[in-house]
Amino acid sequence: MTKIEAVIQNSKLEAVKSALQEIGVEGMTVIEVRGHGRQKGHTEVYRGREYSVDLIPKTKLELVLADTLVDKAVQAILGAARTGKIGDGKIFLSRIDEAIRIRNEERGEGAL
Amino acid sequence: MSTRTRLISSLVTAVLILILAQGLCAQTATSAGSPNDTNSRLAKLEQQVADAKGSADNAWMLVSSALVLMMTGPGLALFYGGLVRKKNVLATMMQSFALMAVVTVLWALFSYSFAFGPGNSFFGGFKNLFLSGVGSAPDADYAATIPAQTFMVYQLMFAIITPGLIAGAFAERMKFSAMLAFTVIWSIIVYDPMAHMVWGKGGLLNASLGGRFPTLDFAGGTVVHVTSGVSALVCALYLGKRVGYPKEPMPPHSVVLSFIGACLLWVGWFGFNAGSALAAGSLATSAFVATHFGAAAAAVGWAGAEWIRNGKASVLGGISGAVAGLVAITPAAGFVKPMPALLIGLIAGVFCYWMVAIVKAKFGYDDSLDAFGVHGAGGTLGAILTGIFAVSAVNPIFKDAQGNVLPSGLLEGNAHQLLNQIVGIAIAWVLAIVGTLIILKLVDVTIGLRVSEEEEVQGLDLSQHGEEGYYWETSA
Repeated sequence: MTKIEAVIQNSKLEAVKSALQEIGVEGMTVIEVRGHGRQKGHTEVYRGREYSVDLIPKTKLELVLADTLVDKAVQAILGAARTGKIGDGKIFLSRIDEAIRIRNEERGEGAL
Repeated sequence: MSTRTRLISSLVTAVLILILAQGLCAQTATSAGSPNDTNSRLAKLEQQVADAKGSADNAWMLVSSALVLMMTGPGLALFYGGLVRKKNVLATMMQSFALMAVVTVLWALFSYSFAFGPGNSFFGGFKNLFLSGVGSAPDADYAATIPAQTFMVYQLMFAIITPGLIAGAFAERMKFSAMLAFTVIWSIIVYDPMAHMVWGKGGLLNASLGGRFPTLDFAGGTVVHVTSGVSALVCALYLGKRVGYPKEPMPPHSVVLSFIGACLLWVGWFGFNAGSALAAGSLATSAFVATHFGAAAAAVGWAGAEWIRNGKASVLGGISGAVAGLVAITPAAGFVKPMPALLIGLIAGVFCYWMVAIVKAKFGYDDSLDAFGVHGAGGTLGAILTGIFAVSAVNPIFKDAQGNVLPSGLLEGNAHQLLNQIVGIAIAWVLAIVGTLIILKLVDVTIGLRVSEEEEVQGLDLSQHGEEGYYWETSA
């Protein structure tokens, strides 16, 4: 089982969700985050004082999938989330030791 | 005809004539009337006209009182509340709210007497303690057509909001207990004397009642804005900067709340300025128009200055500009014509923007919510401009011994008035500085002014009030 963590632009969430649903992904967790890679922030001015905002609002998706589905999911995310500009985000993959369904204690890929 | 028939017809004719004669007499009796009936009817009519006129004045003044209270709660509470960080929103609002309660009690017990009693040049005295003598009969020296109680409650709303403005300078770091102690003493030793000097019977600066240095201050440019704004500067310097200022970013947590507050202030200000006419006549209209024009032009001025300097006109800048204009027009509202009101607003908008965006940064003091930059500086500017633009055509405030109207301000030919304005402003500055320093020292050595660093970092909502402003993260 593989965990996919994808940090994407806020405006791309709907497109990525649709693309994932189309390939049969059934569950995900969505978190509002702030951060930056190489993307520069912006400056806000209040009563003459400047505040540089360099932590930019982004959306993070977390999915745990069966290994057979991972490549398709990554391609779906890349296709839906890319604009070609700095700030598009990143995808991280990691191994998951175990998954358990809380309702009936089912384990392994069946729990996904 | 028989004798009997003749007799009966004569009798009937006689009775008819008698009835007719009675009727005629009765008519002529009522239409003639005695002179006393007409006079008493006229007197009754005159009384009814006076009552009707007084009703209009009283209705307007009660509405104005409500409008001015609304300026404190929720106007100022929201305006300031939105400008602070989320962890201090309730504490900031509480500062305004507490005054609504505490200052009212002080006013009822003795503060009204200290401010408006018939005392000497500086102090109203004890004659109206517990509001004795303040009833439904008008006090002709103050407002001849409304109950004295209306005048008292209207002035109370001014006494409430004035110390609330100072909170802008010590926001996010003052102990609640210390703020209460400070406000109670400040209200008594700074506000009451200043109000008495400018508006009270025998007041040194009272332009309507023959003060020695008549200062033109229609609705409180010196009494409210200069005193509170200068006190705010003293507080900011004495208390010191907030932890992390100026390096840590402390942007307003909700410009939305500040926006709502500012709009409530603008509307409420009609009660503040136009209500200071103390009647519902054409002077109230003139003050209403001047107030509105001053606010509008200042919003344009501040936002315009920002647009030029930063490339964008901000919402916070627009509303701050409007407030600055309202402050500056406060002393002038019932003395100037509409076009000068526009000019006063425009100057105030640009001037206060400069004070807040450039001067404050240069000197480095932490006047958190710009109480000095907007109220202290704006009020001072407004009081000076009043001395320039006041005209007797709007308000014939100065008259000679024969009752002829004298010129009011500089442009009308009364250059001397500017000196009087400066005296009034100077007295406000000195009273504010000296009074505030004494109170700060006193409160600091007894209960301490500032919260601990831990409490400040945790936020005043939790440390002072045990509450959180927004509980949105927790789901039911």
